[in-house]
Parts: sequence; structure tokens; C-alpha cells
Amino acid sequence: MAAVEPSPAAPGPRAADKGDWTTERTSLRRRWRDQASWGAAGLALLLLVGPLAWVLAGVLEQAARVWRWSMLTHSTAQGGLSNAIVGTLVLMLGVLVIAGLVGVGCGIYISETAPPRLGSVLRGASEVLSGVPSIVIGYVAYVSLVIGLHWGYSLVAAVLALSILVVPYVTKATELAISQVPTAYREGAEALGMRRAQVLRKVVLRSAIPGISTGLIVALAISVGETAPLLYTISFSNGYPNAALTHSSIGYLTYVAYSFWDQPAVADQNLAHAAALVLVVLVLGLILLGRLIVRLTQKYSAERGR
Amino acid sequence: MTVAEPAVQAPGSLLAAGEPEGRRRHLAERLFHAATASAAFVPLAALGAMVAVLLVEALPAIRFNGWGFFTSGTWEIGSLYSNPVSTGGVTHLVGAHYGALSLILGTLECSAIALVVGFPIAFGAAVTIAERLPRRLAAGFGLCLEVLAGIPSVVFGLWGILVLGPVLSRDVYPTLAKLPNVPVLNVFRGPTGNGEGLLTAGLVLAVMIVPIIAATTRDLLRQVPTAPKEGAEALGMTRHETFRAVQARWIRAGVIGSAVLGLGRALGETIAVALVSGSQIHNAGNIYDTMTTIAATIVNQLDAALTDPTHFAVRSLAEAALVLLLLTLIVNVAARLLVRRSARGTALPVGAGL
Repeated sequence: MAAVEPSPAAPGPRAADKGDWTTERTSLRRRWRDQASWGAAGLALLLLVGPLAWVLAGVLEQAARVWRWSMLTHSTAQGGLSNAIVGTLVLMLGVLVIAGLVGVGCGIYISETAPPRLGSVLRGASEVLSGVPSIVIGYVAYVSLVIGLHWGYSLVAAVLALSILVVPYVTKATELAISQVPTAYREGAEALGMRRAQVLRKVVLRSAIPGISTGLIVALAISVGETAPLLYTISFSNGYPNAALTHSSIGYLTYVAYSFWDQPAVADQNLAHAAALVLVVLVLGLILLGRLIVRLTQKYSAERGR
Repeated sequence: MTVAEPAVQAPGSLLAAGEPEGRRRHLAERLFHAATASAAFVPLAALGAMVAVLLVEALPAIRFNGWGFFTSGTWEIGSLYSNPVSTGGVTHLVGAHYGALSLILGTLECSAIALVVGFPIAFGAAVTIAERLPRRLAAGFGLCLEVLAGIPSVVFGLWGILVLGPVLSRDVYPTLAKLPNVPVLNVFRGPTGNGEGLLTAGLVLAVMIVPIIAATTRDLLRQVPTAPKEGAEALGMTRHETFRAVQARWIRAGVIGSAVLGLGRALGETIAVALVSGSQIHNAGNIYDTMTTIAATIVNQLDAALTDPTHFAVRSLAEAALVLLLLTLIVNVAARLLVRRSARGTALPVGAGL
């Protein structure tokens, strides 16, 4: 409070022209309005949490009725999900490698090397890219990779489409993490005679690892849940992933949820509900992992600070 | 990153300029630099490539469909059994006619409903989280936002069609349809359908865009400096008045930006809408009627389009994708400019106007 300068410019004049507001009645009205507005805001929070709980409960309820643990060990051809789970994990791995390398590299270049003007152009491009609808990315990948380059429905096309979709998130996280490295660390390292590249590698990137990891986790969570960019880049099959990078349809969870739910066979419908549950569990797991990293980092840096 | 790896293990490399491996390290550093630089151009190149691919693919469709693409609501792939014909050098099926008006209208209507319903919820929730709740609770609700943003859209779609849609069409829509026949409220009148349609899709989209708007608004609120808030309270203002005088003005542009960001997400959302909209290519007769959006049509029609031997149906979908891309690009660029403008200021905007 002591820091506040006695500036009469701010809200004073506005409040004054609302008339005399010291009397008992207006004061009551003001208090009532205060309570009402906060009540409305609290109600909005309930309206946010309500649907969330409803969605989670709905997924759990639909899946609990049909869940069998053997679904984890049988493929979609045998009334299970195993190939879809493996396929989703393979896609995640591909995205982790491609989007990780590109996104982290992009973030490092923008925050460390790029001249300011170029940096802001590249940053802007990355932000705009994050707003491109996933179906558009999927469609372009279909036209250019699946048809144009004759790759057929293929793992590579799917991984590339997903990676383009999530690169902006990794870039943003990397940039943010690097910008939060204290200047004193850099100065200390430079004072010890380290060259720029060494400072970057040994000091800046090392302190930025937690932030970059949370960005990668966000990217993974997004790619777990995407359907639109995959439908026409990898299609779907009952098989497991193999070494073939092109002409290789595989199964993945979102497809099962998207197109099995209205199949005539009840067994197939059940798989859709089970797949929805596995998807939610995977995403929740990733979110908790991200939280854990943040928590551990805070603890570690607090201990080191002492 | 991998390129620079060998150099990390070099022992005692703090003052390494003159050591024998110095040259190799220098090369590794230059390779690393080149790698990051080329990675940095990937987003820009991807954007350019996307626009180029769509333009090239859609060009014959743009020529053949003309302005009718924006004024007609008929989407006809044409007769698959008669021989293809050629108009002005563009080969297409007999009777092919592509008008995207109902898709574009559907996209806008659906997103508008999502924004009208979702924005107040997101704003109120963000204000509560940032201004009212103790820190620990706020972190808990922050986790809720994260989970809501992380739930796959196909899960929202399944929930919409299997849980929300039936409940609404049974218990809520019949009551809504009995609202008095006065302006604004009369949009709710008419046959209520089976729960697949415009209003259900809009509501599902609203749930999906709430976390984006709420998280952005919350972060903006946290950037508001304490001094003017304390000043306002010291003048005897209630917290509501303080909020209106200080925070609301501080974040105004940013909040509009976050709403537009949510709109961008709603415009491009595909799978959830494809599941709950009923996916009929026509203008929705009333707010409960089935409809479709550009994104949902691309996903629903590509299978059918592939049966067109002239490839023209795929080209028309490319034109639709191009329209969607341009629409979302404009919306997103506008949103980011607004968010950045309000996040940048360090001077007190109170009294100065933003």
C-alpha cells in the first residue's frame, strides 16, 4: 500500500460524478451489487466445472459397462484395442521426435539467434500456424503427401501432419522457458569465459529443460486426441504398426471412438466407449506428468536457492 | 540438438578455444546453428506450402464454381454413371454443382452460439479463479481448465451425441420451444428434432472453447499490477467497482482477443461437430435443425469425393478448405494482435484509455 502514489487522476473523478456515494442507502446498493457480481462470476465457474464433470462421468459410465481387461491384449479384429493403443503410442513417439526437434530448434533460434525483426516474423508465423484448423492440415497432407507423393495412407504422412499441428506449442514453450532463465546465470557463465554456444548448451538449455518438457507434453496430449488430421493421412487398419513408413495404415484410438460407436455390432460400439476412456486416461496421465515436472522443478530450485 | 552432443562430453571444456578438438566443436556449433535456423523456418514454410497446395488444388474449382460457391447452397457431386463433361477446360461430372453457402452459414451460426454461451461462462470463471479464490483452490480449478482443454474432441463429440443431445431434446428443448413468440426468444420456436443439430453442436463447441478463453483471461488478470488495485480500494471502492475501474480496463483488448481466439477454435473444430451436427448439407431451418460446417463437410465428404473419377469433387473440397483457412487466419491474426496489445503495456491504462 505504501507504494501507491497519491494519484488523484485514476478513478476519483469517475466515481465522483456518480453522485454522493457516502450515504447509507447507496452504500447498501453498492455492497449488494458487489455481492451479486461475484455471485454471478462464481456461478459461471460452476457452469464450467459442471460440464467437465458431466463429460468425465459420461465417459466413465459408458465405458464401465462394457470394459473388459482383455481389451488391452486383443486387437480390434478380436474385440480389443491393443493395436489402436500401440498405434497411438507410435504416433506419439513420431510426434515427439519430429515436433520435438523442429519445435525446440525453432524456439532456440527465435529466442537466441534471430535478429529481432526476423524473430518476430517467425514467431508470428508459428502463432498463426497454431490457429490453422487440424482438418485443413490433414487435407493438405492428404492432397500433397498421400496422393501427390504417392505415399498412400502412411505413418509418415500422419506423423508429419500431427507434427505441423503441434510444432507451434513446442516452439512457444521453448521460447518461454529460455526467456525465463535468469540473466545472472548467463552473465556468470560468460564471466567464467564460456563461449556463446557453451552458455546456451550448458546453462540456458539446461535450466530450460523443465519448461521445454511441459511444452512437449502439451504437444503429446494434443496429438493423442486428434482425429481429423489422421483420417485421410493414415486411414485405419486392424493391424499393428510395422517397419513400413509409407503405404502403412495402422489403428489408433481416436478412430475407434469416432467411427465404431454407430456400427451395427454391439461389440464394436463397446470398443468405441472403451477407446474414449483410454483416451481420457492417457490425456489425464500426460497432464499429471506435466504437473509433476513443474512441482519437482519448483522444489529442486527452491532447495538449491537456500 | 543431436548434432551438438559429442561436444557435451568433452572434459574440461570451459576454456577450450585452443584445444585440438576445438575445430571439430566449431563445426558442430555451426551445424547446430544451421539446424536451428532451418527448424525456425518450418512454420512459415508450412503456412506457405498449405496456402499454395490448396490454391493449386482448388484453382479449377474456383474457376468453374465462380461466385456461385458463396451464393448457392446446393452441393451436388453430379452423376457418377454418365460420362464426365468439360466446361472451359475443367473436367467434371454431369450435374456437378458446388455451393458452400450453407456450410459457411452453418460454420458462422454454430460458432456464434458457442461464443455467446461460452464467453460469459469463461469470463466469469476466469475472474473468480484469478480474483476471488485462495491460491490453492485457484490452482485446482486451473487443473480443471487444463483437463477441459485436453479432452479429445472426439470424446466431446461422443458425449454430445450419446449423453447431452438426448437429454436436451427430451427435457430442455421442448420447454425452450414454448418460450413466448417475441423477438430474440422466438428463435427457440419450432420442431425440436432429436438432439442432433445446430444448438447442440453450438453448446458442445461452447464447452470446448471455454478453457481457451478462461485460461487467457486468467493470465491477463494476473498481469494487472497490484498498485492501482490497492489504490482503488484505498479510495473506498468495493471489489466489484475496483474490478470495473482497474482490471476490466486493463485487460479489455486482451479479453476481446481471447474471445476471438476461442472463435477461431470453434470455426475450425471438426470431429465434435461432425458427430453432433447431424451432418446435413442444408441451411438449418431453425435452431434445433440439423446442419453442417465447412470442417465437418470436408471430413464427411472426402470419402464420397474420392469416388468422383474427374477429381473435381476433391478440388471443390479444397476450395472449401481454402475458405476455412482464410477465415481462421483472419480471425487468429486479429485475436493475437489484440491479446499482444493489451499484454504489452506497462504504463497504467487507467484514465489514459487503451
